[in-house]
Amino acid sequence: MNIVPMSPWLALPAAILLIAGGLLALIGSLGLLRLNSFYARIHAPTMGNTLGAGCVLIASMLTSSAAAGRPVIHELLITVFLLITSPVTTMLLMRAAVFRSETGRDRQGEEAS
Amino acid sequence: MIRTGKPPLLEILLLIMWLVVNQSLELHHWLLGLLFALPIGRLVRTLRPRTARVRRLNLALILCWHVFCDVVRSNFAVGRIILGTVRQQPKVGFLDIPLEIRDPHGLAALSIIITATPGTVFAGHDPDSNVLTLHVLDLQDEATWLHTIKHRYERPLMEIFE
Repeated sequence: MNIVPMSPWLALPAAILLIAGGLLALIGSLGLLRLNSFYARIHAPTMGNTLGAGCVLIASMLTSSAAAGRPVIHELLITVFLLITSPVTTMLLMRAAVFRSETGRDRQGEEAS
Repeated sequence: MIRTGKPPLLEILLLIMWLVVNQSLELHHWLLGLLFALPIGRLVRTLRPRTARVRRLNLALILCWHVFCDVVRSNFAVGRIILGTVRQQPKVGFLDIPLEIRDPHGLAALSIIITATPGTVFAGHDPDSNVLTLHVLDLQDEATWLHTIKHRYERPLMEIFE
């Protein structure tokens, strides 16, 4: 990849967005460590999935638009697909947890609810 | 192709997706995109004959903006809860919300909105009683959650899809 010198007016927001996105994903993952029940932990990774990924993708749009010299917007598709697919797995996990605590096979789940 | 009065939304979206992926508006990409969108649209229609009709696009855009604001806000709320768990664990809980919306596409949109927002997860829906079970990370104020789901999300979705 050829390195194109970027104007600081583009590089600065892109860098801030990358750091913000990384921090959001990190805090979300930290939740997996800190929260003590499954039902609480299921909420944590959504942070990295929504705003975290959003920040990184906007930063990607800024830098690749600057590198290509024209607007590059196909990162938007990643956002759309992330938004419509990640709830599916979350819901599957949630339904499985509800089912397990209903059948009483998972003591941890009961303690959590 | 069977002519119905509805616009072929799926085909249009697939074509737009094709053009965006290829980053081009040239004629051959339109043709290739149509070659790709039309058979897939027809195949999907045989799998799922029920098509969504979207009315009131302006309302849908307002709803998207509301959802975006709520996602940003609850990202910070959940972040604060996670960083504050040294002192205390959040009070998780389930919440039953009776719904009025019946359209399956509207329900799907509602479940995506709820699950994509950090702090709430769609935990089940009973089709007979039309009651939605919501799981909330920090269940402090049940009435506010109920009001948000009913008025901020369900009402516009009913107007868009029904």
